[in-house]
Amino acid sequence: MTLIKTQYNRRSFLKASTLAGGGFVLGFNWLAGCTPVAEEVAEFVPPSAWFDLNAYLKIGDTGVVTIMAPNPEIGQNVKTSMPMIIAEELDVAWRDVIVEQAPLNTESFSRQVAGGSQSIRQGWQSLRMAGATARQMLVLAAANLWGVAPEDCTTSDGVITNNRGESITYGEIALAASALEVPEEVKLKNPSNFKIIGTNISNVDIEGIITGKPLFGLDVRREGMKFAVVLRPPAFGQKLESFVDTAAREVKGVTDVIRFGDKVAVLANSTWAAMKGKKALSAKWITENPLESTTYHDEELNKLLDKWTELPLRKEGSVRYDLAIADQVIERVYEAPFLPHNCLEPMNFFADVTDEKAELIGPVQTPEWTRKRVATLLGREEKDVTIDLTRMGGGFGRRLYGDFALEAAEISSLAKLPVMVVFSREDDMTAGTYRPASKYKFKAGIKAGKMTSYYLVGAGVNMDNSTRENNFPAGAVENYQVESHNLESNITTGAWRAPVTNFLAFAEQSFLDEVAATLGQDPIQFRLDLFDQAKNSPFGELGYDVEKSKGVIKLVAEKAYWGKPKPGVYQGFSTYYSHNTYVAEVAEVIMENGAPKVQKVVCAIDCGIVINPQAAINQAQGGIIDGIGHAMYGDFVFENGVPQSSNFNNYRLIRMQEAPEVEIHFVQSNNDPTGLGEPTLPPVGGAVANAIHAATGERIYKQPFVKNLKVLG
Amino acid sequence: MAIYQLNVNGKEHQVEADADTPILWVLRDHIGLLGTKYGCGIAQCGACTIHLEDSAVRSCSLPISSVGDKPITTIEGLSEKASHPLQNAWREYDVPQCGYCQAGQIMNAAAFLKNNPNPSNGEIESAMNGNLCRCGTYNRIKAAIQAAVKNS
Repeated sequence: MTLIKTQYNRRSFLKASTLAGGGFVLGFNWLAGCTPVAEEVAEFVPPSAWFDLNAYLKIGDTGVVTIMAPNPEIGQNVKTSMPMIIAEELDVAWRDVIVEQAPLNTESFSRQVAGGSQSIRQGWQSLRMAGATARQMLVLAAANLWGVAPEDCTTSDGVITNNRGESITYGEIALAASALEVPEEVKLKNPSNFKIIGTNISNVDIEGIITGKPLFGLDVRREGMKFAVVLRPPAFGQKLESFVDTAAREVKGVTDVIRFGDKVAVLANSTWAAMKGKKALSAKWITENPLESTTYHDEELNKLLDKWTELPLRKEGSVRYDLAIADQVIERVYEAPFLPHNCLEPMNFFADVTDEKAELIGPVQTPEWTRKRVATLLGREEKDVTIDLTRMGGGFGRRLYGDFALEAAEISSLAKLPVMVVFSREDDMTAGTYRPASKYKFKAGIKAGKMTSYYLVGAGVNMDNSTRENNFPAGAVENYQVESHNLESNITTGAWRAPVTNFLAFAEQSFLDEVAATLGQDPIQFRLDLFDQAKNSPFGELGYDVEKSKGVIKLVAEKAYWGKPKPGVYQGFSTYYSHNTYVAEVAEVIMENGAPKVQKVVCAIDCGIVINPQAAINQAQGGIIDGIGHAMYGDFVFENGVPQSSNFNNYRLIRMQEAPEVEIHFVQSNNDPTGLGEPTLPPVGGAVANAIHAATGERIYKQPFVKNLKVLG
Repeated sequence: MAIYQLNVNGKEHQVEADADTPILWVLRDHIGLLGTKYGCGIAQCGACTIHLEDSAVRSCSLPISSVGDKPITTIEGLSEKASHPLQNAWREYDVPQCGYCQAGQIMNAAAFLKNNPNPSNGEIESAMNGNLCRCGTYNRIKAAIQAAVKNS
């Protein structure tokens, strides 16, 4: 066992209410329970009293335990995996656990954010402590009752047993335990004794999902609520001059039309009426800022790529000198378009703003930041603004921004009614916060059969740093330099699943594959040699762990039979470290009717301890399929500030027929866990492009592949 | 506005709506059945799939006036105790990530299997190609459908 101090976010472990307050809860939602089999539901007897041991959990007198899922659930499965960690240390049987989504509560929970693949990594310690602290209080209460030392008691599946053979359930001792002081120190389990972590636990919302229960933001309903559909400027750079709403107000079901800033909200009794009302508005727009087009971004980014800077982000040796004296210089440019997120549940939010309070409910990845901004917008104190979280129909970074929640708050405040803002798919795609367009130029200097210099310049739209200068191969090349340039734009951009690396990894891993090919080296051996160089005599600091990097490469090479493909199968390799997780992938491409088709991807991952293997595999597979889809098909063009795609008839997402088989292998590890929401995505574009090269001899330098590779077009 | 008589999941509903109102919004906003999801509004993503008699249809593009007396089944009415072979398979394979598309996936697959109880892998893929899953759970959806075929 590990002994650790509980001062870390100690407020979370203070009892949320006194005994008199009781934590008595009625009418909780059984649908969030974890027992998936229908007949077992009937046997469930609700406890008549609940006892709060800390903010994360309460124990019913029947022994059933309610665990709060603190972080927003966007499909990364933290609503299941975070409570698993608490249940593990509490030492209860998972069948006795009910999971509830916690509301925003900064007093009790730290970092209620879904982003950066950090929920598990940053929550690990506090979640374990939440469970272990409660367990320790239960044991102490039982020991007091029996007049034995706590050390003479053991726990298993919610039952405490002493050395005389007497036992008591958590439910029976919870009342006494809840009166105890929170301990100063707690003992954590040795990972080798884990019983829940490392097992396959079903998604806690599976019953609700497969029976159509109202779990999502768009499913929120409140008495008197109006649906609001919003007309926003059609082009980035435009503002609202005036509008006519006569026809909109005549649409049956429309109850009001409200201007706020440069937008107009149509309120109605149904979503359809609000959508029709919006279409009936006519507006005049004025151009206040440049209306940008993709051709403009292209030209400007090209100019930036040709600019040398005196202030590189990282520099070792002299790239300029080494490139000048190299036997051969390989220079390549890689290009990526903007991308919308296209969460399948379009943006939406509920708000009920009254004179006393602002109550918000909905899908947002950043409830704390959103509450701050809502409070500022409304001129209220933060304590008067509440945000409850729903399950989210995807996030991918789009729901970090909370603009939809601010719209709901503003409209509700003006209308003095409870309001749900609903984005149509067209609104969602054309009023987005896009993955910025970016370009990368690489130069590699080759001398005596070796890469002796590596130069990367990145340029991106609204990207302060379009690179990750300390990532591989930093530290492995004698002369190394990375620079980044920013192109300011009025198009809203932001984080898109694996920000920066979602395209940078493709560019880098495609380039390294080409360098290896030029040197006549096996692409995996070429990288392993570079990693050895970085380990044995590094050039500067390393931003990655060499052994873990090599570990996933070797595992994937073995599992994919690297270098020994079946006849007609072409392999491509790629590896990338991002969001604290190490990933290596081999894509297999076959030729079908003269065109390359991705048949399979084999992937090796080192993310430390795997909390819930079946969910981890799901997440890893999804990241790979998402990455292939956007590399192959994702395209988003602007003309005069107007997005040229607006729905799935003119924006292509990957579908079942194009999704390859995906095989996931985890490195066995007892290291603290790291995240999985993003890390499998960055490397896959490179693995596929390198396999396509193996199959066709064609290199791909631009996404989407379908538009830029003649054999795919 | 006109008054329409609808049979949804075996229950009669009287709904007053404009003739062009898609059944999706009738279900969600008039009747209060929220399991059928809005994804695109133009029959491109399949999140809103329901059954009209035995056929899978995109409810976002089906005006109320065109339903007539054909019975509608939504995810809420697919089975008595969430016991449809597909629902069982979805549990077994722990298919969902975000979960938003899954009701539509299940409804589409259920109608497909009714007409083709023993499909090939290729037939499953082409039948399901109209249903988007933004999270990329396609492999599990396919595996779950294959399992449901075996178990029914």
